Amino acid sequence: MKAAWRLRVQSWSAPIVAGALMLAVWELLLLATDPEGFVLPPPSDIVGALFDDFDVVWDAARNTGFVVVTGLIAGLVVGVIAALLVTRFRTANEVITPLAVAVNAIPIIALAPIFNAWFGILSARSNQLIVVVLVFFPVFINTAKGLTDVERSQIELMDSYAASQWRTTREVRIPNALPYFFTAARLATSLAVIAAIVAEYFGGRQDALGPIIAQEASLTRYAEAWAAVLAGTLIGTMLYIIVVVIERLVMPWHATVRVRQGT
Amino acid sequence: MSELAVEVREASKIFNRGKANEVHALDTIDLSIGASEFVTLIGPSGCGKSTLLRLIASLTPPTSGSVAVNGKPAEKARLDKDYGMAFQRAGLFDWRTVAKNIELPLELMGWNRSDRRARAEEMLALVKLPEFADHHPAELSGGMQQRVAIARSLSFNPSLLLMDEPFGALDEMTREHMQTELLRIWEDTETTVVFVTHSIPEAVFLSTSVVVMSARPGRIASVIEVDLGRRDDMTREDPAFFEKVTEVREALRAVEA
Repeated sequence: MKAAWRLRVQSWSAPIVAGALMLAVWELLLLATDPEGFVLPPPSDIVGALFDDFDVVWDAARNTGFVVVTGLIAGLVVGVIAALLVTRFRTANEVITPLAVAVNAIPIIALAPIFNAWFGILSARSNQLIVVVLVFFPVFINTAKGLTDVERSQIELMDSYAASQWRTTREVRIPNALPYFFTAARLATSLAVIAAIVAEYFGGRQDALGPIIAQEASLTRYAEAWAAVLAGTLIGTMLYIIVVVIERLVMPWHATVRVRQGT
Repeated sequence: MSELAVEVREASKIFNRGKANEVHALDTIDLSIGASEFVTLIGPSGCGKSTLLRLIASLTPPTSGSVAVNGKPAEKARLDKDYGMAFQRAGLFDWRTVAKNIELPLELMGWNRSDRRARAEEMLALVKLPEFADHHPAELSGGMQQRVAIARSLSFNPSLLLMDEPFGALDEMTREHMQTELLRIWEDTETTVVFVTHSIPEAVFLSTSVVVMSARPGRIASVIEVDLGRRDDMTREDPAFFEKVTEVREALRAVEA
C-alpha cells in the first residue's frame, strides 16, 4: 500500500517538477535576453493576462470547447459506425472506404470558407463539421483495423460454436478493437482542438479562442494571445485525460492498464 | 455404424482451385475413428493434418467426399455443438476472466448464470486451476492458459474433442505434464479425441492409434495401432514405448523420402 502510494507520488511529481523547471528556465532566459517580451512573453505575463482577461477567455474557451467536444463525440461515433459497417458488409467496404480516403485527402481546412458559406459565417456548425471530418478518419481506420486484426483461432473457435456473425463481432471483434479505438481517440482529442481553433480563424462565433488569438496577436498583445493558446491547451489536455480515464474503466484487463496499476 | 465418432469418406480438399496457386491439400482421405478412441494425426508440414481436422470440425468444407461426425454430416454436428476445439494458441479472450472464458460456450448455449459458474469451477478443478477463476488470462503462464483452453473446450461435455497442436508452444516439461493431464481427463470423460501434432513421442504417448500422413498431396500413409495399456510417466521409459516411437519414425521417414 505504502509502496503503491510512493509510486503514484513519483509518477505525478516527475512531470510537475520537469514542467516547473521548464517554466523557470523560460522566465529567467527571457529576463536576461528579452526583458520587454516582444518575441515571447514570460510565463508570468501569460498567467497575468489570463487572470486580467479571465471573463473573455473563459467565454471563448467555453464556445470553442463546445465545438471541440460536440465535434469530437460526433466524429468518434461516425468513425466507429463506419468501421463496423465496413468490416461487416462487403458492399459497405467498397462504398465507404474509398470515400473516406478521398475525404481525408481533401485539405479540410481549405474547405472552411465553403462550409462557412453553407452554414453562415457566424454559425458554429461549419467549425463542428470540420472537427467531425478531421476526427473521423483516424478513428475509422484504427477501429476497422482492430475489428479485423483478430487471432484466426478465436474466429474459428466462435465458428466451432456455430455463433452468429453478430455474436462473434460482439464477443471477439469489438473487445479486440477497443485498444485501437482508444489510441485513435487519444490522438483525436488534440486533433479536435487544432481543427476547431484553425476553423475559427475563418468564421464562426467571434467570441471563441481562434478569433481572440488572431486579434490579440495582430494588436501585438502577445501575452493575451498566449493566454488564449493556453486555454486551448487546457481543453486538449483535459479531454485527453478524460479519454485515458474512460479507457482504464472500459478495459481494466488490458496489459498497458494493468502494468500501470502494478498488478 | 453409430459407434463411429468420425467417418471421413474419400474426402479431398483443393485450395484455390483452378488458379495458379492451386494446392491439393488432401487427396481421397478415408478415416474412421471409433467412439472413445484417441487418434493423433502426424506428418510433415504441408501434409494437411490441420486441414483434415478443420474438415472434421466443419470449419471448411471438403472439395469432394463426405465427413460424418456422430453419424451425421459434419456441419450438422457443428451446429449441434457435438465437439469442442483447442488450438496451438490458447486463444483465450483477454477481456474475460478465466471462469468467463470457460463459460463462453455455455453462454452461447443459453445456460443460466449459476449453472455456468458451477460448471466453470468444476472444469477448473479438472484442470487443476481452481484458484484462478477470477484472474485474467494475461496473468497466467502459457501452460496454464492452455489448460484453461482445454477446460473451455470440454465445458459443455462434447463427445468429441478436436485439438490442433495444443501443446506445440510449450516447453518440454510442461508439455509432458499436460500430456499426462490430458490422458487423465480423457479417461475421466470418455471423450473421443482427434489430436494433431508433429511430435512423435507425443503421438505415441497419447494415442490409441497414430495416423501417419504424407505431403503434397496429403494422404494417409499408414495407421499405427498403439497398445501400451494405461499410461503414466513411467511409460515414457518403457522399451515398448520406444519401439512404437521407432515404428512411427520409420513410417514418417518413408513418406518424407
